[in-house]
Amino acid sequence: MKTIYILWIRQLKRYYRSKPRIIGSLGQPVLFLVALGFGFGPIYQKAGGGDYIQFLAPGIICMSILFTSVFSGIEIIWDRQFGFLKETLVAPVSRFHIMIGRTLGGASVATLQGVIVFSISLLAGFKPYLIALPLALFIMVLIAVIFTALGTAIASLMEDMHGFQLIMNFLIMPLFFLSGALFPLDGLPRAIEIASRANPLSYGVDGLRFALINVCHFSLAFDLTFMLLAALIFLGLGSYLFSRIQI
Amino acid sequence: MTASVLYIGICNMSAIIVVDDLVKSFKEIKAVDHISFSVNKGEIFGFLGPNGAGKSTTIKMLTTLLVPDRGKILMNGFDPLTEPDKVRQTFGIVFQDPSIDEELTAWENMELHGVLYHIPKKVRRRRIEQLLKIVELWDRRNDPAKRFSSGMKRRLEISRGLLHHPAILFLDEPTLGLDPQTRNLIWGHIKQLNQTERVTVFFTTHYMEEAERVAGRIAIIDHGRIIALGAPGELKAATNASSLEDAFINFTGRNIRAEEVSNLDQLRRRVRLFRR
Ligand SMILES: Nc1ncnc2c1ncn2[C@@H]1O[C@H](COP(=O)(O)OP(=O)(O)OP(=O)(O)O)[C@@H](O)[C@H]1O
Ligand SMILES: [Mg+2]
Repeated sequence: MKTIYILWIRQLKRYYRSKPRIIGSLGQPVLFLVALGFGFGPIYQKAGGGDYIQFLAPGIICMSILFTSVFSGIEIIWDRQFGFLKETLVAPVSRFHIMIGRTLGGASVATLQGVIVFSISLLAGFKPYLIALPLALFIMVLIAVIFTALGTAIASLMEDMHGFQLIMNFLIMPLFFLSGALFPLDGLPRAIEIASRANPLSYGVDGLRFALINVCHFSLAFDLTFMLLAALIFLGLGSYLFSRIQI
Repeated sequence: MTASVLYIGICNMSAIIVVDDLVKSFKEIKAVDHISFSVNKGEIFGFLGPNGAGKSTTIKMLTTLLVPDRGKILMNGFDPLTEPDKVRQTFGIVFQDPSIDEELTAWENMELHGVLYHIPKKVRRRRIEQLLKIVELWDRRNDPAKRFSSGMKRRLEISRGLLHHPAILFLDEPTLGLDPQTRNLIWGHIKQLNQTERVTVFFTTHYMEEAERVAGRIAIIDHGRIIALGAPGELKAATNASSLEDAFINFTGRNIRAEEVSNLDQLRRRVRLFRR
């Protein structure tokens, strides 16, 4: 337990101390909110979709959680290069605990980031229902855990940052664009529909929309079930790959 | 022959590290090439060899960080392959390359280590203070490690390695880049740990005189093979050398890299002549 706690705290400290990182990672969601929100807003309205910022804000919150959590998972590669990873790998504690501590730390940071983006979206004119805020928070935590664990799994297989662009362009970006974060998942071509249905983030976006604006494409029960399963699978995969790291 | 080493190791109750016929290759490089040895409980054991000899690779295999291609290891009776958690309970290590978290302060690095190694809070606090004072970082304990000079980082690293008192302590070139004063202080502390707590010390170094001064026994490794093993005095006697440095050259020269070493030998002779 103490192992999990100390590694969780470490992650939070690192986040809190790197102000440029916090600010930098807020830039993108703010840009998306403003540019897309005001840019596509009128078209969306004309097409009969209603207020676009209402639709967009939950998607952008999910985006910032996705990016932050995958990055947090991938931080293992930095730790490998700076050497700190070795220190934890030889410690007389189970690697499963180490992985859980790191993942919870990364997920907390990502959730925090999501909450900050949520607050910013309020400034941009987002008007959510506040009754289901605890549910929204729970969904944000789930998304964060899923993708931190995924980042951990990937990072456990990588020796350095060379493959990073590849992962960014062929995994993270598609996950984001095919999640329904920017546009509704109705009437899509078959292939894209299948892809978006296999994408855990779709259910995060959907669940969060349900919690915040009471709009739902699938159903809340299905969203939660799918995400819980995905969280378990990725945690399992992540801790398996993490336990096999060699230096 | 190799089977007998293992047999002796197991029967010899005082052996705490037993290595039998260990092999590790990286692609075509044979980093560790069929080595066997054992280290006794309470011993200070030096691992000596030129760059790329396979010292760190051996340590990584002993400390569960790398899986050997072949061979058998017993650490305190446990096999790193099948019981890594039990093995990790028994050793502590100071790595050759950096392994501190530079974003955390000196104190936080020590504290994190103490928690990972289950040191009770009171003992932890006391030892952290004691060690940080020994390496003269106590006044800087609340500075993030990234603001330290490389020697200070090294000192932090070593003091962290000494925080818990394991059965076996690995030190991979612990004193590299340190000033002589700090080096003496640190070795003093290590020797004291060895005497009072019976900590077995396994270290590597390039400094011959350091090895000669502190090690009970020394293994000389070159090109992944152990080419000599014994007490410093024995190694010197076996080669009729006056210093360990000469013994080292005699060993490596005769057996493996005759050409290179004879060049080096000539150079040394010339240097001696020149000094006269
Ligand atoms: N991860 C790796 N991938 C490929 N080759 C490696 C790797 N690690 C070590 N080697 C090779 O194995 C050999 C032994 O390296 P090792 O680090 O064990 O040497 P060493 O005795 O510790 O040397 P030094 O005194 O420089 O620390 C070298 O030839 C090195 O290039
Ligand atoms: Mg080395």
